[in-house]
Amino acid sequence: MNTQEKLKAFQQRIDKGEKIEPKDWMPERYRKQLIRMMSQHAHSEIVGMLPEGNWITRAPSLKRKMVLLAKVQDEAGHGLYLYSATETLGVKRQNLVEDYLYGKAKYSSIFNYPTLSYADICVIGWLVDGAAIVNQTMLAKSSYGPYARANIRICKEESFHKKQGYEMLAKMASGSPDQQKMAQDAVNRWWWPTLMMFGPPDTESPNSAELIKWRVKSKTNDELRQSFVDRSVMEAQAIGIEIPDPDLKYNEETGHWDFGEIPWDEFWRVIKGDGPMNRERLKARRKAYEEGAWVREAAMEYARKKKLKEDKAS
Amino acid sequence: MSADHSNNNVEWPLWEVFYQPGNGKPFEHAGSVHAPDAEMALQNARDTYARRNEGIAIWVVPSSQITASTPEDVGPFFDPANDKAYRHPQFYSTPRAVKKRT
Amino acid sequence: MNTNQNIPKAKKELVVEILLRLADDRLIHGHRLSEWAGHGPELEEDLALANVALDMIGHAAALYKYAAEIEGKPDEDHYAYFRDDIDFKNVAMVELPKGDFAFTIARQFLFSAYSYFLYEKLIETVGDEQFNGMLQKHFKEIKYHFRHSREWVFRLGDGTEESHERIQHAFDEIWMYTGELFSLDDAERTAIDKNLFVDISELKEPWLALVKDTLEEATLTLPDDDQYMFSGSRQGKHTEHLGHLLAQMQFLRRSYPDAEWK
Repeated sequence: MNTQEKLKAFQQRIDKGEKIEPKDWMPERYRKQLIRMMSQHAHSEIVGMLPEGNWITRAPSLKRKMVLLAKVQDEAGHGLYLYSATETLGVKRQNLVEDYLYGKAKYSSIFNYPTLSYADICVIGWLVDGAAIVNQTMLAKSSYGPYARANIRICKEESFHKKQGYEMLAKMASGSPDQQKMAQDAVNRWWWPTLMMFGPPDTESPNSAELIKWRVKSKTNDELRQSFVDRSVMEAQAIGIEIPDPDLKYNEETGHWDFGEIPWDEFWRVIKGDGPMNRERLKARRKAYEEGAWVREAAMEYARKKKLKEDKAS
Repeated sequence: MSADHSNNNVEWPLWEVFYQPGNGKPFEHAGSVHAPDAEMALQNARDTYARRNEGIAIWVVPSSQITASTPEDVGPFFDPANDKAYRHPQFYSTPRAVKKRT
Repeated sequence: MNTNQNIPKAKKELVVEILLRLADDRLIHGHRLSEWAGHGPELEEDLALANVALDMIGHAAALYKYAAEIEGKPDEDHYAYFRDDIDFKNVAMVELPKGDFAFTIARQFLFSAYSYFLYEKLIETVGDEQFNGMLQKHFKEIKYHFRHSREWVFRLGDGTEESHERIQHAFDEIWMYTGELFSLDDAERTAIDKNLFVDISELKEPWLALVKDTLEEATLTLPDDDQYMFSGSRQGKHTEHLGHLLAQMQFLRRSYPDAEWK
């Protein structure tokens, strides 16, 4: 088969809903796009540990402390599953990691905002994880087998992430005046950055069409964003939280909630590195990576010595 | 990526993780972990893939030791079985009276 | 002032005293380990450290909960959030700042080995069914903490020159805090009489033998055991580190004590 025929056969497999596995033939561009998208997803899980980790030592009850620690730990696990899936495409995890620590690779811009009060932890669970679930539920049907499987596992584990956040936010929203203030303030700060999590509008999303054609994704950024807004409005109303958007209005015709203009300037600025926490997040991750080097080396050296001894003995 | 930052001379090798979801059940592939040696691979697999009591036993094996069939093998490996209907129980008929009882 | 005023006499009070000693060790140690979340030397180890931290905080919560039932306090949070440093009964070793990975591992190894022998004996001794049930459940996890940290002691001790130096230094630094793990006080003596505790001074020998073997295999030197030993934490005489840890841990809960936080 020549390349054109291979491409055609590949597209036919995709259209039939077949899963592509690591050793199958795939267009180089498909592979590249997957590596970019999957590693970005993995980096986001890892950097995402930092804003929430910020409150582990200050969580207001032992129950909430354990919930938060377990959740942050899950994020490490999810990052690991995703790197593991990306590695099936013939790349090394440490190279991917160094690409975002020292190079140009991106992670979700949502994690470049600070967590200022404990209510932020609740809102991250409700909105940020809620948005992630919308996205990951779609990705669980992705055409690339390892990526789909990683997302299935993540979705199973992540449902508690959103629930715990929403549950605690509901308590705060109906709690003492101080708690109510914290809850609303957190929603005000996180609402717009959360909507940006779905990526630029379809008109400005260069990768979308291709990813949909290859069924890596099955919905566009705007479609996902809309279904997230519809659900969040309902959930906000249920617990007496106000969404900070004066233009939010139910559209009888479409059956969806229309919302105001997303501050895209801010989105592009934060993506390019100028958000309130970009530099600190990278600094913290680089520090962990660099200070971990001697530990990783020691373990390898021990393994080498041990093998040498065993080889000698036999 | 600038080379002077790179700490990538010591990436721990990759191990494939299999776990047994319950007594008597066959092992399933869970994913992979990085670890410097077998003992740590086992511990890392436990901490990564059995955080929610997913398994009662774990296997780890260096990824480099896995030999996998290639897509080109699909025809010769798996097609020949397609015409061996006699390997499947549906190939055989069972008297109706027996069927009812089971 | 009668220095004995804090020694509980009634069995009920003694049970609480022992529960809190065990629980405080675990909460504070778990808290220190939780500081690693997102900052571990490798992704897999980040998960492992969080697992140990979760186990320890979980053990503490269960023990506190039982103490709260006995004392008629509202819940486990009462002990974690509404006591001051002079009321905490943990050993000083667990409140020291997390340090580097070598320090974290050295401490976890020494403490897990101690917990291993302590729980093994406690399970044989403690008659209180509910208490004993908890001990048995937690013992399984302690065995894993011990295994994990011991394997790392081998790797760091017999790894590179740098790792060897770092973990040797960590053991040398922590050693002065190991003394109080094995020193009995009056409360414990009374508890022993009532089958609520064990003679921890007897644990020193098997503990030291195990530590010595492990360090030897890891090409490390056992620190001089005949040196100044820190003491008094069980009676509330802590290092300066605990106050800062508690200030962070308790601030939110104490700022709004009447709000719902569970």
